[in-house]
Amino acid sequence: MSNDKLTKIDSVKGTGCVVRGDDIDTDRIIPARFMKEITFDTMGEHAFEDARLQAKGQHPLDDERFAGAGILIVGQNFGCGSSREHAPQSLMRFGFNGFIGGSFAEIFFGNCTALGLPCVTLADEDLIKLMDSVELDPTQEITIDVAGNKVRCRAGDLEAGIPTGTRQQLLEGAWDATQVLLDAGDQIEKTAAALPY
Amino acid sequence: MTDRNARAKSLFEKVWDAHTVRELPSGQTQLLIGTHLIHEVTSPQAFAMLRELNVPVRFPDRTFATVDHIIPTDDQSRPFSDELAEAMMSELERNCRDHGITFFSPQSGTQGIVHVIGPELGLTQPGMTIACGDSHTATHGAFGAIAFGIGTSQVRDLLVSQSMAIAPLKVRRINVTGKLPPGVYAKDVILAIIRKLGVNGGVGYAYEYGGEVFDRMSMEERMTVCNMSIEGGARCGYVNPDQTTVDYLRGRRFVPDDENFAAKAEGWLELASDDGCHYDDVVTIDASMIEPSVTWGIHPGHNLGVSEAIPTPNTVPDDERVGVEEALEYMDFVAGASIAGTPIDVAFIGSCTNGRISDLREAAKVAKTGHVKDGVRALVVPGSRAVQKQAEDEGLPEIFRAAGFDWREPGCSMCLAMNPDKLKGREVCASSSNRNFKGRQGSPSGRTLLMSPAMVAAAAIAGEVTDVRNVG
Repeated sequence: MSNDKLTKIDSVKGTGCVVRGDDIDTDRIIPARFMKEITFDTMGEHAFEDARLQAKGQHPLDDERFAGAGILIVGQNFGCGSSREHAPQSLMRFGFNGFIGGSFAEIFFGNCTALGLPCVTLADEDLIKLMDSVELDPTQEITIDVAGNKVRCRAGDLEAGIPTGTRQQLLEGAWDATQVLLDAGDQIEKTAAALPY
Repeated sequence: MTDRNARAKSLFEKVWDAHTVRELPSGQTQLLIGTHLIHEVTSPQAFAMLRELNVPVRFPDRTFATVDHIIPTDDQSRPFSDELAEAMMSELERNCRDHGITFFSPQSGTQGIVHVIGPELGLTQPGMTIACGDSHTATHGAFGAIAFGIGTSQVRDLLVSQSMAIAPLKVRRINVTGKLPPGVYAKDVILAIIRKLGVNGGVGYAYEYGGEVFDRMSMEERMTVCNMSIEGGARCGYVNPDQTTVDYLRGRRFVPDDENFAAKAEGWLELASDDGCHYDDVVTIDASMIEPSVTWGIHPGHNLGVSEAIPTPNTVPDDERVGVEEALEYMDFVAGASIAGTPIDVAFIGSCTNGRISDLREAAKVAKTGHVKDGVRALVVPGSRAVQKQAEDEGLPEIFRAAGFDWREPGCSMCLAMNPDKLKGREVCASSSNRNFKGRQGSPSGRTLLMSPAMVAAAAIAGEVTDVRNVG
C-alpha cells in the first residue's frame, strides 16, 4: 500500500444526468434485495432498479439523451437512509464519477469520498439553473472543479460547496483514508491502551 | 455546582477527546473506535479488501460479529434455502474464523439483530465509541456511547486500523419536557422529533436527548429513540448515562457484577454532559403535545398524530410540496383524509427499533384484547434469541398465537426484507420498524406505515389504523 496508488482528483468532467426530487434514499438507489452478494460487482446493474421499472422507460437513467453521463445531478438530502456503500458503488459502476446536488446525506457523502467520487453542493437557484440547462442541452460538458470550488457548465461558473477537509483529501489523493490512518502507527495502540475498556 | 476550574464539556466532547488518535491534515480527526460490530451484509467486501492488502485484523478482540439481515425467520436450519443468503452466512463464518473474531452465531444462543445483542450482552457501555456497517448503529448511544453507522470502505479501515477519519460534529440538545400521555411511546417521541426537525435537520450534528421524559425512560425506550437518529439526518444520538444505565448493565455478560463494578459505574456517570456545557443548538419539545404517531408518506418525517388528517399539498411549505405530492401518489392516499381508518394488509412487530422484550410486552397487552382481522397477515419477530427466550418464559408466544399472530425466529425480517419476509404488490404494512421508504419492505410498490408496536398490534386487530388509546 502506498499513496502513489491513489489518484489526485482536482476535477471531474462529463455530461450530466438530472434526477429531480428531494430525499432520495439509498433503498431507492439500490433496493436491499440486490445486496445479497459478497461482492459489489453486480451493483451497477441494479441502480435505481425499482424506480426505473415503475417509470416504464421514462426514468432519467433510461433517457437516451443522458446516455453515457458521468455526473449525476440531484436535489436535497440525496442518499439518505441506510449506510450501504452499495448505493455509491452502484452509481459508480453505472458510470457516474461525481455528484452535484442541493445537499447530501452524511454517510452517503462519506462513502462517496472513500471511493473518490466528489459530491458538491450548489445554492438552490444555481441548482435549478444547472438542472434546466442540462435538460435543455444534455450534450454539454460539465466540470466539477474541486480545486477551484466551481461547477462549470453552459449556465456559467457556479459556486460549489465542498467541505475543506474533503476537498483536501481529493486534491491530495488521500480520499481513500486507509493509508492515512495506518500512518498513525502505534499511536493507535497507545490511544486504545489508555481507554478504560 | 460544576467545578468552574475545568471547562464544562458535553459527553460527546469527552468521548471524542478520549478517542482522538490525532488530528489529520485534512482537518478531520482520526478517531479510535473501541468496539466494532460487524454483520453479513456490509462486511464481506471489506474482508476481501483485507485479503488483497494482505493485512490482518488489527484488534480482533475489539471486533464482534452477528448475523441478522439475511437470516430467515421461519426455518433457520442450514444450509439456508436461499443460496445467496447461505453464501453470505458462510462468508461471515469464514472471515470470523480466519481472523479470530467472536461470532454470536445462531448455535451460540446469543444471535440477534446487532443493535439488540450489543446492549443485552453488555458489549455496549457508556463512553465507548462504536461503529458498525449499519445506519442504525446510533442505537448504542442510549448508553452514552458515541456510535456511528459506516460504509464498507470504513469497515475495512476499522479492520486494519481500528479508527476512522471523521470531521467533528456539532451537538444539538433535544429536551423533551413533561410527561408522555398514556398510549404514547418512545417511538412516538422520535417520530415527533423528526417531524419537528426534518429528515435532514440533523446533518452535521450529534443529537443529545434529555429532559424529564428521557430521565424516566427505560434503556429499551432510549434505544428506540437513539436508533432513529439517522432518520433525522443526525450522524449519532445519545442519552447521558444515569442510574438507569448502570442498573441495566450490572451483571451482563461483558459487565460482570464484581469488585470492579462500582468504580466502573462511577466512571460512567462522570461522563454525562457537565452543567453549563456548550451546545450548538437547543430544542425543546413538550411531551404532552405528542400523540400516538403514524407515517403516511415515503420518509419518516411524513408522520402525524393518529387523530390528524393527511396533509394537502397546498397547506405545506413550498419546499415540501413536491415531496408531499409524490408521497400521496405513491401511497395512493387522499389528501385531507384521516389517517385513522386506513386499511392494512400486513402487521409487522420487530426490528432493531422495536424488537425488544418491552416492545413485545406492550404489543401482547393489545393482542390480548382481540384477534387479528381476517385477511391481515401479522408477524412478531423477536430481536434476538435472548428476547425470544424471555418472551417464551413469559408466555408471550401463546398470547400472540391465540390472537392470530405468527411467532418467528429472531432477525431483521420485514424491516428491509433481505430474507423471505416481504410485502407483496401494493400491500400496506403497519410496521414497528424504522423506514417507510418506497419499496423498503421487499415489494417495489409496497407501502409502509411506521408506528409503535402497540399501535401495530391494534391495527392488526382492527384491520386498519386505529388509536391504541381506545383499545381495551
